[in-house]
Amino acid sequence: MRAEGGRAILIEGVEKAFGATRVLKGVSLTLRQGEFMALVGPSGCGKTTLLRIVAGLESADAGRVVIGGRDVTRARPADRDIAMVFQNYALYPHLTVAQNLAVPLAMRRLSALERLPLVHRLVPGNAARRRAIAARVGEAAAMLRIAHLLDRRPGQLSGGQRQRVALGRALVREPAAFLMDEPLSNLDAELRAGTRQEIVDLHRRAGVTTIYVTHDQVEAMTMADRVAVMMEGEVLQLGTPREVYDDPCDIRVAGFLGSPRINALPGIATENGVSLGTLALPLRAAAAPGSAVTIGLRPEAIRVAPLGLACRVEHLEYLGAETLLHARLEAPEARIVARLPVAAGEGLSRGDAVRLGADWERALVFGADGKRLALHQAARIDA
Amino acid sequence: MPEALALSAPRRATAVLGEASAAWFLVAPAGIALFLLLLGPSAALLALSFSDWELGAPTLAWIGFENYAELATDPVFRAALSNTLVYVRVVMPASIGLGLGVALLIESGTRLRAFFRAVYFLPVVSLLVAMATAWQYLLHPTIGPVNKLLAMVGIAPVNWLGSSDWVMVSLCMIGVWENLGFVVVLFLAGLTAIPADLYAAAETDGARSGLDRFRLVTWPLLGPTTLFVVTITAIRCLRVFDTVAALTRGGPNNASEVLLHMMYREGFSYFRIGYSAAITVVFLVIVLALMLVQTRLLDRQVHYG
Ligand SMILES: Nc1ncnc2c1ncn2[C@@H]1O[C@H](COP(=O)(O)OP(=O)(O)OP(=O)(O)O)[C@@H](O)[C@H]1O
Ligand SMILES: [Mg+2]
Repeated sequence: MRAEGGRAILIEGVEKAFGATRVLKGVSLTLRQGEFMALVGPSGCGKTTLLRIVAGLESADAGRVVIGGRDVTRARPADRDIAMVFQNYALYPHLTVAQNLAVPLAMRRLSALERLPLVHRLVPGNAARRRAIAARVGEAAAMLRIAHLLDRRPGQLSGGQRQRVALGRALVREPAAFLMDEPLSNLDAELRAGTRQEIVDLHRRAGVTTIYVTHDQVEAMTMADRVAVMMEGEVLQLGTPREVYDDPCDIRVAGFLGSPRINALPGIATENGVSLGTLALPLRAAAAPGSAVTIGLRPEAIRVAPLGLACRVEHLEYLGAETLLHARLEAPEARIVARLPVAAGEGLSRGDAVRLGADWERALVFGADGKRLALHQAARIDA
Repeated sequence: MPEALALSAPRRATAVLGEASAAWFLVAPAGIALFLLLLGPSAALLALSFSDWELGAPTLAWIGFENYAELATDPVFRAALSNTLVYVRVVMPASIGLGLGVALLIESGTRLRAFFRAVYFLPVVSLLVAMATAWQYLLHPTIGPVNKLLAMVGIAPVNWLGSSDWVMVSLCMIGVWENLGFVVVLFLAGLTAIPADLYAAAETDGARSGLDRFRLVTWPLLGPTTLFVVTITAIRCLRVFDTVAALTRGGPNNASEVLLHMMYREGFSYFRIGYSAAITVVFLVIVLALMLVQTRLLDRQVHYG
């Protein structure tokens, strides 16, 4: 699949500043045709701004945007062949659901004259075009199961129904790209899970290249073909959900994905590994001996082990299927969270001494600048 | 269950008085105030309009509908009524149309918004009688700058306030000037309440021109504001009084007589309070009819549930 062909999206070196605040610092992303990309990052990192630049609602200070092989950096939103779903739905409150769904079609298929009330009857061919629009609206409504709501106004709908209408307004047309800005953030947890799957199914059916902004990592991991992790106006990593989780390139990416957060333990690089307190780990990182490194360890990689690091239990969270153990590592001073089977947490209580080991081959080593360090060989020790 | 949640004080009141009398007891203060301040005076006014009372007269006689019968044949009243309606029909649409245009221009600009807002609101807060003096000077037939400007482009001087052909035109222009700022400020408030996302949605939905976006978003979402502006401006126009009193006194030859000015003259120059009250009743009936049209007909169409 060529990057610029078909309905792919290319974002190249996009920069944006509001006054003195640099919101986007040179963002580049390439979406393959039909790809579903999740754009995640903490609040305020510039996700919405980037999406609005792709939509043409905001102008970039530098860089370019190519949609479907056409450079649209200077094009108006209406000329970009995109459909956008807004975080607060942005439905027209005075129009019925059917009319809301028809707007994108009417704006493109009918002339200004034909859109006037009454006058449109005088334009030849108008009735046929209107019937075609109504038919398309009906199809989209059926697909989203909102056909019974067509005569209502947005004010008479529940949040979930409004959200469907907003999706429908994007779906009636077949645009080159869908842009969705946290479309599920106003829904309750159950509805969110259901709609998540529906959006994925719709995407599969329509095959339209999609950028999906969210700060919910579960959405990003479960829905997307690839995930772009953005922070402070930069895309730090772009990869499949597996890649960004298992193989993060930066401690900030590792910290953002995964709940509870990855443990960050202070280590020192040595000649033949990394030392963590009294423990010498054969993680031969590409760092000068003696320099400080951070060892990243996912909570699920940690277990109770008789020869492990000495820790003191701070508190336990019983979650039903598992127990989260929050502990304090004594040397070096650090907090540790472990995701344990319920049985392993039994009998522990606050203040108890406990020894924690890990699958050290799953450890990630980061340099002082937060960048991931390559390891020379796989590690294997029993702790 | 609801009783269990109710506060204890009303419950004690209901226990002593029974529910209905407790309700009367509780609405009494507001009811009395409403009667004393609004309903009482209105009733007195209505009563007076059926009398021949003159200010200062020791007695009065009930004369039934005679005042109204006189109104029906009074040429001055007919002039006042028709001038008032002309004034409403010209000033209301003109100031609303212009006001919406100005508000849209101010809102679409980026700088000096607060400045323009203040400038347009100036006529509303200034004392109209003082401003009327300024208008008198501007429109003066011989020394007025307006006629001097016209003379420069070769147009013969106009007796703006003194000729019966032009006096309503002049009053209407002043009326538009007077109402414009008010309308602009109300529309500006209405415009800022429209969510920016709707414009973004309209643009991505293909509304290319400003006119498309106006029709798709601005105009419908301004509906409640527009309705309010129409009602309030209509009433302000019906109420036209100060400019007439200060500039023309209804002249020349009743060519600029309006309802409230006639009412004032009959009541406080000729002391015919009964007759004056009848004029006021007609005025109130027109205002009430307007309010009814608003609440019954239009309200339903501009509020989106
Ligand atoms: N119109 C604007 N003027 C000035 N600053 C802005 C403007 N829009 C956004 N910003 C700033 O740009 C930064 C990025 O905003 P943006 O809305 O893109 O964040 P986001 O990643 O979408 O956050 P969230 O997850 O909370 O929606 C923020 O610091 C915000 O304050
Ligand atoms: Mg956002």
